[in-house]
Amino acid sequence: MDLMHILYGVSFILFGPLIGGIIVGLDRKLTARMQGRVGPPVLQPFYDIGKLFQKERIAVIYSENFWVIAYLIFIVATGMIFFAGGDLLLVIFALTLAHVFLIIGAFSSSSPYAHVGAQRELIQLMAIEPMVILTAVGMYQVTGSFFVIDILAYGGLLIFVLPGVFVGFLYVLTFKLRKSPFDLATSHHAHQELVKGLTTEFAGPTLGIYELAHLYETVMLLGFVYLFFGANPLTGIIAVILVYIIEIFVDNATTRITWQPALISAWIVTIVLGGLNLIGLYLL
Amino acid sequence: MSYLKKSPWILHYDASSCNGCDIEVLACLTPLYDVERFGIINTGNPKHADIFVITGGINEQSSVVVKNIYDQIPSPKVVVAVGICAATGGVFRECYNIKGGVNTTIPVDVYVPGCAARPESIIDGIVAALSILEEKRKAMKKGETPL
Ligand code: SF4
Repeated sequence: MDLMHILYGVSFILFGPLIGGIIVGLDRKLTARMQGRVGPPVLQPFYDIGKLFQKERIAVIYSENFWVIAYLIFIVATGMIFFAGGDLLLVIFALTLAHVFLIIGAFSSSSPYAHVGAQRELIQLMAIEPMVILTAVGMYQVTGSFFVIDILAYGGLLIFVLPGVFVGFLYVLTFKLRKSPFDLATSHHAHQELVKGLTTEFAGPTLGIYELAHLYETVMLLGFVYLFFGANPLTGIIAVILVYIIEIFVDNATTRITWQPALISAWIVTIVLGGLNLIGLYLL
Repeated sequence: MSYLKKSPWILHYDASSCNGCDIEVLACLTPLYDVERFGIINTGNPKHADIFVITGGINEQSSVVVKNIYDQIPSPKVVVAVGICAATGGVFRECYNIKGGVNTTIPVDVYVPGCAARPESIIDGIVAALSILEEKRKAMKKGETPL
């Protein structure tokens, strides 16, 4: 890892939320247009987070602040490792750890809504983890390395050899981006059956930190999508944009499903698409 | 720089409305009025809210709930009473269970008149509430406790 890549990693601290905020802003605009509305300004996510930091910090149990801050730190750290070209396995496990902190934060309050939200988040982690790991394994099988630098340096487009893994990853990306039909734990949309699920008890700056971490995470996950097209930057960027538009479309066209079909379908997709793809690669 | 004015999140509670005003509040969220273009979001959670929108008069049962929700909203916060019922008790004022308007339980910042209040006037009321919200933020920054 040379200085250049370390610089990429460090610049993620600044550019992560900037790019993420614009992506989420465009997302909200496009969502509004799909529903026939005008929609908020593109910079709305920044206004929201700015406002949350101007609010009073109220918490019934103060330890939740600690866990949410730990969530942010680990998300930023994972993103830095990713963009510095580091080890994909480390990225995946640190990302899971970040989410475990978030779940503990939600569990530390006594609100039943936050508890159910946290349990659903655990189920979501269970649903997506196998596919995310298979993604890394697939990239390793093709390129012979878990390091993002080496994966990017691989000559061809990974999408051609890992189509099943790619589709499977898109499937679990919906969980990660908290988009319908898999926004069980907490959702971007106003009303849901669990008040705000996971984030119910986070108020003011605590919620602001959570939202900020979500921006970082969005950018990093889209980075994963980019890896499949790493050999050709232009195709990569176009693919990332297309993938995100598809996610928005799915978000608007589907309704939230219960946890059983979410979990089972994610595992079926993992085994069928991810598994068959890897077996195919092994046999070829 | 104040972000409060650009991102007011609303909590809507029906104290004992006939549902007329509720429908109008929800109408504000539809494509026709689309309050999200002002950054306004209807949250279902007092801990995320900035503006507390109440419809209907306060009755003996809902008064505890209204007080409880109000206490859970982090400062700075404003209360908007939508409809005549929320202002004074309206046509239900003489009912045995009605205490009166929202101000019998919590301090109100903006009254939106009408039976039912029209979406346009509700939006006007929210916009009026925004400048009060901003004043409260400044007061909070100076160390005074806002209401
Ligand atoms: S003001 Fe009129 S429409 Fe609104 S709650 Fe009262 S009676 Fe119903």
